[in-house]
This record gives sequence, C-alpha cells and structure tokens, in this order.
Amino acid sequence: MSPVETVIQLRSIAKHYTMGGEGFYALQGIDLDIYLNDYMAVVGSSGSGKSTLMNLLGCLDYPTDGQYHLKGMAVASLDENRLAGIRNREIGFIFQNFNLLPRASALQNVMQPLIYRGSPLAERKRRAEDALAMVGLQDRMHHVPNQLSGGQRQRVAIARALVTQPAILLADEPTGNLDSSTTVEIMALFDQLHEDGQTLIIVTHEPDIAYRCRRVITLKDGRLISDVANSATVISQAKGVGAHG
Amino acid sequence: MANLGFKIIEATRSASQSIAAHGFRSFLTTLGVIIGVASVIGVVSVVQGFSASITQEFDGMGTNVINIESYTPRKASLQGLYASLGYDDLIEIKHRVKGISNVTPTVTIWGSNAVISYRGESTDTMVIGTASTYQKLYAVYPDAGRFFNLSDDKSRRRVAVLGPSIITKVNIKGDPIGQYISISGEWFKIIGIAEKRGKLFGFDQDDFILLPYSTTRALLGGAEEPDISIGLQVDDMQMIEQIKQQLKNVLRRNHNLGKDAADDFKIATADQMLETFNQIIGSTTLVLAGIVGISVLVGGIGIMNIMLVSVTERTREIGIQKALGATRFDILLQFLIEAVFLCLLGGLIGLVLGFGAGSLISSATGLPEATVPLWAVFLAFGFSAGTGLIFGIVPAFKAANLDPIDALRYE
Repeated sequence: MSPVETVIQLRSIAKHYTMGGEGFYALQGIDLDIYLNDYMAVVGSSGSGKSTLMNLLGCLDYPTDGQYHLKGMAVASLDENRLAGIRNREIGFIFQNFNLLPRASALQNVMQPLIYRGSPLAERKRRAEDALAMVGLQDRMHHVPNQLSGGQRQRVAIARALVTQPAILLADEPTGNLDSSTTVEIMALFDQLHEDGQTLIIVTHEPDIAYRCRRVITLKDGRLISDVANSATVISQAKGVGAHG
Repeated sequence: MANLGFKIIEATRSASQSIAAHGFRSFLTTLGVIIGVASVIGVVSVVQGFSASITQEFDGMGTNVINIESYTPRKASLQGLYASLGYDDLIEIKHRVKGISNVTPTVTIWGSNAVISYRGESTDTMVIGTASTYQKLYAVYPDAGRFFNLSDDKSRRRVAVLGPSIITKVNIKGDPIGQYISISGEWFKIIGIAEKRGKLFGFDQDDFILLPYSTTRALLGGAEEPDISIGLQVDDMQMIEQIKQQLKNVLRRNHNLGKDAADDFKIATADQMLETFNQIIGSTTLVLAGIVGISVLVGGIGIMNIMLVSVTERTREIGIQKALGATRFDILLQFLIEAVFLCLLGGLIGLVLGFGAGSLISSATGLPEATVPLWAVFLAFGFSAGTGLIFGIVPAFKAANLDPIDALRYE
C-alpha cells in the first residue's frame, strides 16, 4: 500500500496531566501519519495512552505540546467552537457502549449531527435514511435504542458516524459490548467501509479485531512503540502486548 | 446565525420530547409557575370584571352629572360639628347658577325608619326621597307603572316606586301597581317598578324604594332638616369647571364660610368618581400582582432546581451531543429553551386555571363576570418566559460548559 494522501499528521504530540499534585505524561513524542483509506488499529494495555490518543484524534481535547494537522488544518490552535465544527464535519465517533440518545429514534439519532451543521429537515432525513440503509437498518428506523439489539444499536451508531461523510471514522472498542457473532457482523461492516474508501481508526485490545486491520500501531506508557502494516506481525505484537499488560 | 431559527425549532422539539419523557416530574416542576400565573390571572380577572362593570355603570350615569354632598372635616367631627346640606342650598343653586338642569335633592333613609311591610311580611330596605328629576338625572326608568311627577312631590302624595327586589322580599302577589305598602308605619300606593339592575360588589342594586322628596320629609317628621345630597346636570360640558367654581361660591356664601375656612361640602363629577375608582382598582391590582409575583419567583427556583438535576442526569447525553459537533451555544440554547418551554406550558395551564377560578368566584359570589384583559395574558406569558430565561440560564451554562470527555465518561 502506497501512501496517497495524508489525512492526519501528528508531530511530537504530548499530553500532560496533573493528578493529585503529581504530573505525568499520558502521551509523549507521538509522531504519526494517517493516510486516506487507512484501516488502522490502535492497541495497547490499559493506561498506555490509547484513550488519550483517541480523544486528541477526535478533537475532543487539546494536546499539551506538538502539532496536529487534520486535512492540513492546525487543529490544536482552533477555539472550542471551531473544534466542535471539526468534530461535526470530519470525525465520526463509534463508542463501546454505543452512546445513542436514549429518547430519540434510530432515525433521529442519525439525523442529530446534521442538526448542528444546519441541514434542512428534508436533506437530513434523506441522508439519515441512506446511512441507515447502508448498515441494513432501513426497517428499524423508528425504533428507540432500547427496542434494538446490541448489534443493531452499534449499526445505528455507525450510521450516525457515517452520515456526515467524515474524513475519519474513530471507533473506540466498537465490539467490546457485543457477542462474538455480532462482532463478526460489525467487523464485516468495517471491512466493507474500508473497501469503499473510508479511513478507519479502531482502538481495541482484542487481537482478533486488530488482525482484521491493515495497519496496527502499539502504544506503551504513552509512547508509540510499533507501527506495522503486516497482518502476520500484528498477531504476535498484539499478543505480546496482551502478555505484557 | 442564519440557522438560529432552525436551531430553535430543533431545540423546542427536543425540549418537548424530554418534558414528555418526564411527564409527572415536569408537571410538579411547573406547579410553582402554574399556581403563580393562575393566581395573577384569577385576581386580575375578578378585579377587571369589577372595573368593567363599574365603568359601564358610570357611563350610564353620564359624565355631565355633578354630585354635591356635605363633608365634615375630621377636626370638626371630633368637635361634634357635622356639616349638612339643606334644601335652601338647593334653592340657592337653582337660582344663582346658570347652565344646569335637573337639580335633584336626595335623602337616604336606612334602619328603623326604612322598615317596610306588606300583608304581614316585613323587612327593611333603603328609602330614597327625591324629586321627579331623579329619573332623568340617573336614568332610572320604570319597568311597569310610572315615575312620580312634580305634582306628586308638590302635594306630598304617598306614592312609591319600588326596586324590583322589593316585590320578592315582601312577597307581593299579583300586579303590584295600585297596591299599598307600609313604610315606617305609613301606607303608600305603589305607582311604578324600576327596571332591574342586578348586583354589584355583591350588593343588590334593586333593593330600594323611591319616594317624593316632600313626602319623605313629612315621613321623617322632626324639626331637624335632613342632610341631603344634590345631583345636577351640566348642559354644556365645556362649562363644567366654571360651573363647579360657581357652585362652590354659592355654597360657601350660603354657609357663611370665612376666607380661611375649608369647604364643608364636596363637589364630585362622574369623571372624578370614575378616576378615583380606577386608582383604587389600579393599586389593588398592583399590590396583588406583586404578591403573586413572589410565588412565580418561588416557582422559578423550582424550575432551576429541576433543570440542574436534569443537566446532571443527562451529562452523558450532553457529552454525546458535543462529540457529534454540538457547540456550547447549541447546548445552551437547548437547555434554555427547555426551561422557557416548561415555564410557558405552566403559564398556559395557569392562565386557564386562573380564568376558571376567577369565573367560578365571580359566579359564586354574584360579582360581575370575570374578564381577562389581553395585557394580563401577555403579562402571564412574559412572566413565565422571563422566569424560564432567568432561572434556566444557570443550568444551561452548566450544561454548555461540560467538558466533552468527562461528560462521555460520566456514569
């Protein structure tokens, strides 16, 4: 795979926290390029800095140090409102516990991000219906989350992440709350999205999931310790990390 | 800001959804606002009902009517000196003041001298002794029979015009005209029945008997002349101020008042009476509105409390919304609109309840029909919306300022 276009560029990113009077680096000296149509897994034991990296990539947080360019924009210097706009247009979040709005129907959940960009109702509805159809939920559109199975909820969340046609899809342990057969379905959906040209970043601690991805980066104690594109290496790396953690 | 209106619509939709999701809690939350607005509207509707019917009453009386009554200053009354207007004052006015008509004396009798009886049924009422011009001055027209005329008055005829309530009070059977009724032990022939006027302030306005002035004087007997009030009509409204001055001069001369002495009478026009009345109504409304304003304040604090709880409960939702690209302003707007929406809903319920209570009070106590003026409706809604805005701003800011990462992690 040859790099075509850089979507994300991280240079000497650091994130420093002070907790109970003691400072520590959750991330340190991270240099990372993510390219168009990358299908990347982020692995590492708990406390390795995965979540912090995810929050930074998702523009939910600011780095303490370093440069973050998303599609050429220096994101770290943007104000909160601009950052909200970036999240809305460029990032599609998928969470472990789905994080759907509980009182809203599947359709309303998927339409939600389009509200913040001011799309008119008809357009919102059309795009949300398309997104739901893409994940195979065209006949569950008017169900509220607790009328849906775990796999269906995650599909709604994926549809919601896709509806804005974001630059990157950012999934945090997307199969963590799902049984094995549903996990396979969701991963197949991710594979499909990758084939369609979507850029995907999946944070996971499951080697099986990481194995499906084309690229795996490993974090340990806030540092990037490996970045490999070989699936065969991935398995041993992921397993190795698991053994260490 | 082009899509602000659109965002407001969305926020309203989401607000109605979350209000409906906690129906009973929302109801309890707005109860303070409901009670506040209901009491404002209830009070205002009753007071305005009064006001409307009083105004109508004064309109019927005509603005060109002047009333003169004796007035005893406080200091004099402590000394036992009571001012009085007599028939000679009336004569003087008639002769000396030009441009007036229907100059009418009125003497009112209450209590033991006003006991009436008819075939064993006995009750007391208000007996008014007056002249035939009373009819034109105060627009009292007989429903049946006739009013007394000049010759009735001149020859002290024992004739009476009854307020319609008297008929039922002493249970007069058949056609009352031509029958006899006893007033203070003397027999009077009923010659007319005044038209019905209904109740005002809970007072029966039809419970009276009108007698010719001279007859009344005879009925009272005694050497002392009664204190009368004098009503008259100004022919040309342009002249009303000059006529009032002339009346004042005539009465002061007739009463031998010195230069420094205060007037021992009061000259009132219908306009003035209406104005005084409106002032009373106005300040009553204001005071009551102030009191109920406090209850709306209490309601507002309730709203703030529940909105703060609601923000905490929905911390995670707020985190999700922020992750999806909601700005601080989006979240602020959403919670602010929810608070305002909640208050407006309370205001609407309060409006309906208040008007209902007002109408109920009015009809149960025989007060004039309750009316809600448009300004009170706007006031109620303005108040509600204001309460929502003021007490919603703190919870809304709390929600808007949540850190998305912490909010997403919130359990």
